[in-house]
Amino acid sequence: MAQPQLKLVGEAETQRLSGEPLIQIDGVTKTYRTRDGEVPSLRPITFDVRPGEFLVIVGPSGCGKSTLLKMLAGLLPVSGGSIRIEGDTVTEPHDDTGIVFQSPTLLAWRSVLRNIMLPVEIRRLPRERYLERAHKLVEMTGLKGFEQKYPWQLSGGMQQRAALCRALVHDPKILLMDEPFGALDAMTRERMNVELQRIQHETGKTVVLITHSIPEAVFLADRVMVMSERPGSIAATYEVPLPRPRTMDVMGDPIFIELTRTIRAHFAAQGHLD
Amino acid sequence: MERRSRSGAALRLLNSDWVRPILLMVILLVLWDLSVRLFGVPAYLVPKPGDVVLAMVDEWPRLLAESVPTFTATLGGFALSVLFGIPIAMLIAGSRVVEAYVYPLLVFSQSIPKVAIAPLFVVWFGFGLMPKVIAAFLLGFFPVVVSAVQGFKSVDGEMMDLARSMKASRLQTFQMVSLPHALPAIFAGLKVSITLAVVGAVVGEFVGSNSGIGFVLQRSIGNFELPLMFAALTLLALMGVVLFWVIDVLERIAIPWHASQREKAGHTA
Repeated sequence: MAQPQLKLVGEAETQRLSGEPLIQIDGVTKTYRTRDGEVPSLRPITFDVRPGEFLVIVGPSGCGKSTLLKMLAGLLPVSGGSIRIEGDTVTEPHDDTGIVFQSPTLLAWRSVLRNIMLPVEIRRLPRERYLERAHKLVEMTGLKGFEQKYPWQLSGGMQQRAALCRALVHDPKILLMDEPFGALDAMTRERMNVELQRIQHETGKTVVLITHSIPEAVFLADRVMVMSERPGSIAATYEVPLPRPRTMDVMGDPIFIELTRTIRAHFAAQGHLD
Repeated sequence: MERRSRSGAALRLLNSDWVRPILLMVILLVLWDLSVRLFGVPAYLVPKPGDVVLAMVDEWPRLLAESVPTFTATLGGFALSVLFGIPIAMLIAGSRVVEAYVYPLLVFSQSIPKVAIAPLFVVWFGFGLMPKVIAAFLLGFFPVVVSAVQGFKSVDGEMMDLARSMKASRLQTFQMVSLPHALPAIFAGLKVSITLAVVGAVVGEFVGSNSGIGFVLQRSIGNFELPLMFAALTLLALMGVVLFWVIDVLERIAIPWHASQREKAGHTA
């Protein structure tokens, strides 16, 4: 069997990758103040995200990966260090980001199309132009024919597609996803993975996605960042040298199998599998 | 064949949603009438339903005229409840400080029996419409606040994060997310409020008024005119039902998307 070309980019230490990074995370920490004093949630973390990259952060529950994503989105202040997007320090939500949560967070009183157009309304962008874009996204995500339906008339997977359209409608460079398929059943989840992979490939968006599914991480990512338990830190980073566009068949590829095995070993060592 | 389908139609009619409560009421009325006759209950204790109907027919113009001030006081009190209740709920839901100051006080004030302080309003505002409106307002106000606070507070945290990630202003967040989200809870509160406002108006009329259904009630008890009293009670109940129904219709128009309204509106998945 051919030796899979695993490339460990650097273990729990600073890495700088070639090319101008789109997002720079520099020594970012997070501590929460509780009654028992300051509780560290994230140890200093440093990494870059390249433009057009699909970065997946995988870690056990409560390792602070969601906290990290919220700080990237500008929804939580950092306790130390800095986050920069295209050189600008993030202190508030950045215009060039779209975000998808685990729950679809669609407004029940708005049709699918009006939900997708919500960011355009709130940001007061020209409606006509973005409506056209919304229709294109609807088509791309397979929601055609459901534009006038209400969220409760849609399946969980379709609601999440609508949430994805909404995150992309204002054409941000960066897409942040916090366990977007965590609430879906296994089969829908696989299909959504294939579609997300395709959509990212077609649009060239930079994606930072958080999951605790190892196969999902390897399937989607250009690079997988493994986080350790609380207080969270980067345990390892792996490049995924699988060609795109990927199909489900990739999961039988020796590289895929070897990578998932290696990543799983991190959690086994930590005594955590979930 | 023909016969069977006709009896089927009759059965369907008997089972339809609006016939059922009427059917139950008819049964209760018959039971009432039978018990009065069987046990020989004297008319000055419980009148026969037939006498109540007669009294209602005889006194209809007067009853109708007297229900106008009650109706006005109810609507006035209810309008004040909404006008003050919802903004106060917004403040309470929007700020921990306001909540800490105002909410306990509100609960405390709610525990004071309104009937006991109603005479005070007569002393302050005289015998006109004002004390009745205030009594209706005091009873109707609390359910609006409680339900609206609950509605505003139950917005999902991720939903708020989403609004923030789009840099929505406070007004936009309120208008596009919080308010529509709170509407089902607010309507639930309005329904309780309107029925309590009727009670409040009558309480106001009890303690100091020379008009209104409450006044008729008190007068007829004093004169042992029980049929008239029961007729007035019936009218009062009808008023409550109609007002409740109006809110129900408004709710159906305002929140057709809500789970409680879907079947009525006839949406299909």
